[in-house]
Amino acid sequence: MADIAFDGVTVTAEASGGDVVILRDVAATLTQHRVALIGGNGSGKSTMARLVNGLVTPSSGTVTVDGLDVASEGPAVRRRVGFVFTQPAAQLVMPTVAEDVALSLRRLVKDKDERQRRVMDVLATYGLAHLADTSVHALSGGQQQLLALAGVLATEPSIVVADEPTTLLDLRNSAIVADRLLSLEQQLVLVTHDLDLALRCERVLVVEGGRIAADGEPAEAVAWYRDSVTSA
Amino acid sequence: MRGALPLGTYRPGTTVWHRIPAGPKLGLVVLTSIVVVALRGPWPPVAALAGAVLLSAWARVPPGAVWRGLRPLLVVVAVLGGFQWWQRGWPVAVEVVATTLALVVVATTFTATTPMDRMLDAIVRGLRPFRRLGVDPEKVALAFSLMIGAIPAIFEIFRETREAAKARGLERSPRANLSPMAIRTVAHAYDTGAALHARGIGDD
Repeated sequence: MADIAFDGVTVTAEASGGDVVILRDVAATLTQHRVALIGGNGSGKSTMARLVNGLVTPSSGTVTVDGLDVASEGPAVRRRVGFVFTQPAAQLVMPTVAEDVALSLRRLVKDKDERQRRVMDVLATYGLAHLADTSVHALSGGQQQLLALAGVLATEPSIVVADEPTTLLDLRNSAIVADRLLSLEQQLVLVTHDLDLALRCERVLVVEGGRIAADGEPAEAVAWYRDSVTSA
Repeated sequence: MRGALPLGTYRPGTTVWHRIPAGPKLGLVVLTSIVVVALRGPWPPVAALAGAVLLSAWARVPPGAVWRGLRPLLVVVAVLGGFQWWQRGWPVAVEVVATTLALVVVATTFTATTPMDRMLDAIVRGLRPFRRLGVDPEKVALAFSLMIGAIPAIFEIFRETREAAKARGLERSPRANLSPMAIRTVAHAYDTGAALHARGIGDD
């Protein structure tokens, strides 16, 4: 598995009343196959996930993926790290299903027939081949999220970061997407409010107030989080 | 589930229009558009509109899809036509309205019969000679495809914004309709940028 290292990471954002600290002096090294980040809304867990892909860069400290600094070696990091957003529609940028996956592959596969073959292979893997020429806007939320995942995995990243990928989905689609994610061979960093899903990972970090409040075995970390919420 | 929107959505088929390579077809569309815009008087543009509709039928683009492409424009076209009628008389109004509608029908037919991936390849090939002038063909092609891809997304934002205003009984309020639409469109652009960034598109 890859080595994702946060070293003294602080992230601040400009606001009308002055800078707001989103993450404060975070340090952690993620080497497990499946790592879950849990915590309340606005706790900083999504920012922590976005740091891994270089969508956010640290105000101070460093984040490295296999030794590559996300701030200075962003393109190389993004070739290793795929990112799945909460809102599936937001990440689909081409008009049809096949075209959206093809966009991911343009950089890697120059031959258009080979690219088309790879697109259909990826869609078949995700049960979306029959929707290849369908408008991405005509898909259900679950299908959109599976397509987003297919678009990310088409580029064969070694790490997948998923930011609340099941939050907007119904129970059935949520289960389908969760099972897909958890069965990936790639290293998975999963931001979630679904504690059952977090319990299926190897390690859980609880992020609260921009800090890592608990970190460890899923059962212990989730129990700590439940206690902290109910006792508050 | 959202309703399927026409412009920008490829519809597979085997017609002559589907079989023409994307590059020559794009050139033909550009040429046709120049000719249509150059037409003067009320009746030549009307004939061009009729020709565009026949072309879409020949390419087997469903009439419903063409209609759905035109429908959101009707208010704008009606306002434009009314203004031209008032300012410059009915012949100019007919010319402007027919020209606009003909261009939309031609564009709908083009996007409905051409996969986006082939379109991007054609644009990249066409722009290759301009590399020495500092043009990045892949980026121009990407911008072109994003523009087409954004059209259905913006219509969807428009529909959702109208529904939200209606739910609050504010369907007649321009502010309740336009302000959220503008903000959500900018947010969509931001999200698209983040999605491209996350996929490493534009990094090269």
